[in-house]
Amino acid sequence: MSEGTLYDKVWDRHKVTTLPTGQDQLFVGLHLIHEVTSPQAFGMLRERDLEVAYPELTHATVDHIVPTADQSRPYEEDAAEEMMSELERNVREAGIDFSDPDSGDQGIVHVVGPEQGLTQPGKTIVCGDSHTSTHGAFGALAFGIGTSQIRDVLATGTLAFEKQKVRKIEVDGELGDGVGAKDVILEIIRRLGTEGGVGYVYEYAGSAIESLGMEGRMSICNMSIEGGARAGYVNPDETTYEWLEETDYFRENPEKFEELKPYWESIRSDDDAEYDDVVRIDADELEPVVTWGTTPGQGIGITDPIPEPEALPADKQDTARRAQEHMRVEPGETMAGYDIDVAFLGSCTNARLPDLRRAARIVEGREVHDDVRALVVPGSQRVQKAAEEEGLKDVFEAAGFEWRNAGCSMCLGMNEDQLEGDEACASSSNRNFVGRQGSKDGRTVLMNPRMVAAAAITGEVTDVRELPEAEVTA
Amino acid sequence: MADADGVEIPEVDSVSGSGVPIRGNDIDTDQIIPARFMKVVTFDGLGEFAFFDLRFDEDDEQKDHPFNEERFQDSSVMVVNSNFGCGSSREHAPQALMRWGIDAIIGESFAEIFAGNCLALGIPTVTADAETIEELQDWVDENPDGDLEIDVEAETVTYGSETIDVTVDDAQRKALVEGVWDTTALMKSNAAAVRDTARELPYVEADAIPEAE
Ligand code: SF4
Repeated sequence: MSEGTLYDKVWDRHKVTTLPTGQDQLFVGLHLIHEVTSPQAFGMLRERDLEVAYPELTHATVDHIVPTADQSRPYEEDAAEEMMSELERNVREAGIDFSDPDSGDQGIVHVVGPEQGLTQPGKTIVCGDSHTSTHGAFGALAFGIGTSQIRDVLATGTLAFEKQKVRKIEVDGELGDGVGAKDVILEIIRRLGTEGGVGYVYEYAGSAIESLGMEGRMSICNMSIEGGARAGYVNPDETTYEWLEETDYFRENPEKFEELKPYWESIRSDDDAEYDDVVRIDADELEPVVTWGTTPGQGIGITDPIPEPEALPADKQDTARRAQEHMRVEPGETMAGYDIDVAFLGSCTNARLPDLRRAARIVEGREVHDDVRALVVPGSQRVQKAAEEEGLKDVFEAAGFEWRNAGCSMCLGMNEDQLEGDEACASSSNRNFVGRQGSKDGRTVLMNPRMVAAAAITGEVTDVRELPEAEVTA
Repeated sequence: MADADGVEIPEVDSVSGSGVPIRGNDIDTDQIIPARFMKVVTFDGLGEFAFFDLRFDEDDEQKDHPFNEERFQDSSVMVVNSNFGCGSSREHAPQALMRWGIDAIIGESFAEIFAGNCLALGIPTVTADAETIEELQDWVDENPDGDLEIDVEAETVTYGSETIDVTVDDAQRKALVEGVWDTTALMKSNAAAVRDTARELPYVEADAIPEAE
C-alpha cells in the first residue's frame, strides 16, 4: 500500500471512521452540483425528510443543458427549463450558492470551481460528474460520484469510499512545439488503457508536469477517468499558489492564504513516499496525439499509422474493429487528412483562457474551411469575458467561428449543439464514444485545441506543426 | 438493517432469475442510456430507454439486441463482458437497467463508478474470468428460461446443474449481505464524529459546521 503520498495524507485528514462495510467514511470539503445529476438526489432527501447538512460547503452551477446561443428564459426546450427550475428551487430551499447565468460566474462546473478559488489543495471535492478529477490539478482529492452518493453527501457531508492504490506517472523532459497537456494525457491513456487505472489514483509528477500551468494540469487530471482512474492529482507548488492568490476567495480573505499554506505544504507527497506502481513517460518523444476510434484510449501520434486490430491485445481487437468501421478509417494510414465537418473548441478539458489563446494564434489571419462548421464554447462566463476583452472573440469570428456562451454544449450534445448524421468532428473534449456528441452515427476525433483550430482551417485532421507560418509554440 | 428513518434496507444475500447476455467489451454508459434521455428530474420511466441506440435505428425500427428479444423480456440477470459501464458517472445507467428489470449483473469486469452506483441500488456486480463468462452467455442464449442463482455471500453462481465460483468485491459483499448498502442512515448516525473531523480541517470555516442537532 502507498504511504506518505498526498492521497494518503488527505485521506487520513478526512477520514471520520471505518464503516461496518469496511469502507471509510470520508468528510467532503467541497460538494459541487449541477442540474443533471442532482435533482433526483434532492428528491430522495425530501422523501426521507432530510436536510442538506453542509450547505456552505456546497456550490451549484448549470452547464450540461444550458443553451449556448439564446439563453433567455424560459429556455426554448421544456426539459431544459424544467431541469433549470428544479435546480433553482433546490438551491434556494437549501441555501446553496449558485453560479447562475445572471451572476456572470456560470460555467462548466470544473471550470467554475477553480476560478472562484473553491478548489484548493488538500480538500476532498466531489460532484456527480466523472470529470471531477479535474480539480486534482490543485492537489485536491477529487472524484465523481453517482446520484445515491450525492444524496449521502447532501444528507451527511460525507461519503463511503474504499481506499485505492496510487500510481505515480512521471513525465520528464520537455514538450515539443505544438504538443500540449492534452497530448500527454491521451498518450498516458493510450499506453495504460482505458481500464489501466481502475483501482488506482494517479499522481502526475515529473519536470514536464511541473512546468505546466494550472490549465494544462487541469486538462491532464480531467481525463484521469478516461484512463479508468477515479482521481488524479498534481502536488501543489508555486504555480498552484500563484493561481490561488488571484482567485476571489483569497483576494477577499488574504489572511487565509498565509494561514492555509502550511497545510498545503504539509500534504505534498513526501520525497520518500511509497507508491503501488510507477510509470515513466518521456515528454521529448511525444507528438500531437489524435484518436482514431471510439474510446479515448484509441489514440496515436499524428504521424503514426492506425493500428491493425490484429496487432492489438486480444481483448481489444473486437472493439478496435468496430471502432474502425464506425470511424471509417483504415489501418496503416495516418489520421492526418481525415475529413472533418465540425470543429468544436470547448469542454472542461480545453476551454480555458490559455486554450483559447493558443487556438486563436493558429486561427489568426486564416479562414475556416468552407465545408466546416466551427464553434468556440468558452468554459465559463469569466473565460468568455476575458477572451472577449483581449480580442480573441474577434479573431475567431473573423475566421468564421461561431462564438457561443458558456456550457458543456457539443461535448455531450444535451443542448441544441449536436452533430448531425455521420458528421465528423475535431473536438477538444474528452470523450469520443459513439453517440457522445448527439448523433449516434457522428464521429469524434479528440485532439488538443491547437489541432482543432488547424483542422477547422484545413477541413481535415492536420498536424498543426506543418501549418505554414503558424505560431505553434506554447 | 433497520434504517434510523424507519426505511428498511433489504439484505441482498442472493439474486435469482433468468439471464440475458449482453456481449462486447467497453460498453459505456452513453450506450446504456444516451445523454438525451437524461433530461429528466426523476429516474421513473428510464427503463424503456436502456440501450436505446443499440436497440433502435433512426426510424425507431428495432435492431438486433437481446433487450428486444421476446425470450429475454423476463430476464433479470445480465451477463456482460469486460469494462462494462465505463465512461460517465451517470446513475441513470444502472437506474435504467434496474427499471428495465435487471437485479444483478455478472461480468468480466466493471467500471468502478458504475459498480458503485449499482451497489447504491442494491444490484450486485459479480465477476468471473473471460472463459467462464463466455460459457455463461452461451448457456443463457440456449436456456433463456433457465434460472441463474447468484449467491452473494458464498460467491457462487448456479445454473443448470453447474455451480461456479465468482468474485464479489469484499466491501460490496458485506454491504449487500448485511443490508448496509444504503449508506445514508449509517453515516448520519456518525454526525458528531463528522463535525469533529470538520473542525480539525484548517480550511473549513467554523460557521460552515452545523450545530449539533
Ligand atoms: S464539458 Fe463535457 S465532460 Fe465536461 S462536464 Fe460538461 S459534459 Fe462533462
